[in-house]
Amino acid sequence: MTATPASRSKLGNASANEAVLAKVLEEASQIRGVSPWKDAWRRLLRNRPAALSLVFLIGLGLTAFLTPLLPLQSPIDKDLDNRRFLPPSLESVSMGSRPELKFADGKLTSQLSLFEAEMQTERAAAMQVSDPEERAKLLKAIEARVRVEHPFNQVWNQLGSVSFTLCRIRVAVFGDYAVPSLFGTDKLGRDLLARVFWGARVSLIVGVVATLVSLVIGVSYGAIAGYFGGTIDAIMMRIVDMLYSIPFIFVVIYLVTFLGEEKVKTWLESYGIDQITIFYIIIGAIYWLTMSRVVRGQVLSLRQEQFVESARTVGASPMRIVFRHLVPNVLGIVIVYLTLTIPAVMLFEAFLSFLGLGVAPPDVSWGLLLNDGVEALSSVKLFWWVVVFPGAALAITLFALNFLGDGLRDALDPKMKNRS
Amino acid sequence: MKELLGFLVRRLGWMLLTLWAVYTVSFILMKLIPGSPFSGERAMPAAIEQQMRARYNLDAPAIQQYWEYLWGILSRGDLSWSIKLEDYSVNQVIAEGFPVSASLAICALVFAITLGVTAGVVSAVYRGSIMDVSMMATAVMGIAIPNFVLASLAILLFVFLIPIFPAAGWGTLRQVVLPAMCLGAPVAAYIARLMRAGMLESLHREHVRTAFAKGLPKRTVILKHVLPGALLPVVSYLGPATAGVLTGSLVLEKIFALPGMGSHFIYAATQRDTTLATGMVLTYTVLLFAMNTIVDVAYAVIDPRVELE
Repeated sequence: MTATPASRSKLGNASANEAVLAKVLEEASQIRGVSPWKDAWRRLLRNRPAALSLVFLIGLGLTAFLTPLLPLQSPIDKDLDNRRFLPPSLESVSMGSRPELKFADGKLTSQLSLFEAEMQTERAAAMQVSDPEERAKLLKAIEARVRVEHPFNQVWNQLGSVSFTLCRIRVAVFGDYAVPSLFGTDKLGRDLLARVFWGARVSLIVGVVATLVSLVIGVSYGAIAGYFGGTIDAIMMRIVDMLYSIPFIFVVIYLVTFLGEEKVKTWLESYGIDQITIFYIIIGAIYWLTMSRVVRGQVLSLRQEQFVESARTVGASPMRIVFRHLVPNVLGIVIVYLTLTIPAVMLFEAFLSFLGLGVAPPDVSWGLLLNDGVEALSSVKLFWWVVVFPGAALAITLFALNFLGDGLRDALDPKMKNRS
Repeated sequence: MKELLGFLVRRLGWMLLTLWAVYTVSFILMKLIPGSPFSGERAMPAAIEQQMRARYNLDAPAIQQYWEYLWGILSRGDLSWSIKLEDYSVNQVIAEGFPVSASLAICALVFAITLGVTAGVVSAVYRGSIMDVSMMATAVMGIAIPNFVLASLAILLFVFLIPIFPAAGWGTLRQVVLPAMCLGAPVAAYIARLMRAGMLESLHREHVRTAFAKGLPKRTVILKHVLPGALLPVVSYLGPATAGVLTGSLVLEKIFALPGMGSHFIYAATQRDTTLATGMVLTYTVLLFAMNTIVDVAYAVIDPRVELE
């Protein structure tokens, strides 16, 4: 085998080459590899509006979760005599001061301690009973009384156990202090600031949960259709096409009125499903169509890739390939659609609440608040605060979600890599 | 031409299938609701209720009702009598409400397309200018504010503060303008954003550079070479836009007290007027299907690469 000139010169320059190689290696070790996710994250943070939106949304989520802890006024306590349509004011209000509540000393804290003391004595009396069966019965009766007669029930609406604990902490920390009605009061004299905060909980939960439902349905449906292809794909996508042509709002109205029937409601409640849960599921079940189309398109192009083939060679089942290998690869575009679906769902909730088909009082949501606000709008007397504050809350949140969605799309778009 | 005809025939077949599915589902739903449509706050004498049930064919077995109602629709186009609106047949209600809803929807769509496309083109051509930024900010606002809030504010502003439009009523052009604008605003905002993105993308295409290099005036290049390509996403959005407009008209008809189909529909669904509700849903399905078909044909006309399938 004769040595070619190239190899000869290589031999000759071996030491020089080695030096170059060492230099290159050293340079390479300086460079940190960046995963695509990390890179996208960096680009997202560099996008000022998107980053601000993200911070805002995280803050909003935390505030909504911790709302019971904040020293807000009662969101449901009505005062038809003195506090209807009060404009925003800085006048301080203390909890439980309304005479009709008949709280001891006109204070929530005094009433609470009074109530608890009473329950304590009752409980002690019950413990005196020697017959264990009788005692258990008495204790049960006391528990039931606590649930029904607790002073919190007059100030807050159907607290869950977590919210209840948070409310207790709030009373322990802030006592009877409540933030003044900075946003004014509504037509029944309820504090709008508190209602906007409590409404945020419902609106955000509807947005997030319904979107998650649509995510689960849309991604599985699209991924399965895309992966199997052929006839299955054709049938599944035809069904989606068909569903696109059904005016879903009408189906929703049907379903909501159907499920709102007293009998159906009690029947569902016996299974522990309340109206709001159904509401999430229905909305989620509508918004999956676009998601499934997008995912299917992506999967269709991905399934020819080598990693799918090697997974198949190893003997992975189709379901494993779809959910373990294909779905993670379409996550980017799914996240983008997620942030764009949440605002659509929140708007839809507002829309249904406006028609009187959504969240039912005494629950509050932004849509319901806006509905109240729109009703109160008239040319005779301008109660602007009842529509401006809930409207602004909803609009700012939707703004933030839209900006975040756009930012994510740019950040996760490989074409935008290394630009700006 | 033959291709188009085949496409339309196939679409018609799909539409019939969809209508049948919608009909069946709504029939089942209505049958599942406990109680009868006549159960109200005041109990009805048994004899009268029986008469009423006989009138609406509700005393027949469910399967028979299903087929007879379906047969009535297929053979005579008869959607039967409305249960709650006395002496009105569903066909009559639709015939009265349809022109109102349709003209409102068409006005809203025309307004949305004109405004959206113009705003999108202008802000893409003058990218980064004050005009661009302010228009896109308005567009985001249009997406983020629910249209019933917008409509209430518009009424306050243009009816009471600056009285240029009447508050309600139907018939003259002046009465259509305000509801149509409120209905079209969110769609216009969305179209403007799509249009701007599409324009920016096609402005950087090679054929556009060539057109500029040939020395064509800017106006010609934008209208002839950039616009058609940028219109494609907008055209494909028109299907969902129609659905949005139909949905939105439910609310706007309520706010502006327009005698359209939307107000009837909500009434029908909440008052359990089963025949009226079914008739409405079928009508809306036909509308949406027709619009989607038109959009698909338009898409194929604009983009010759797309084949109708």
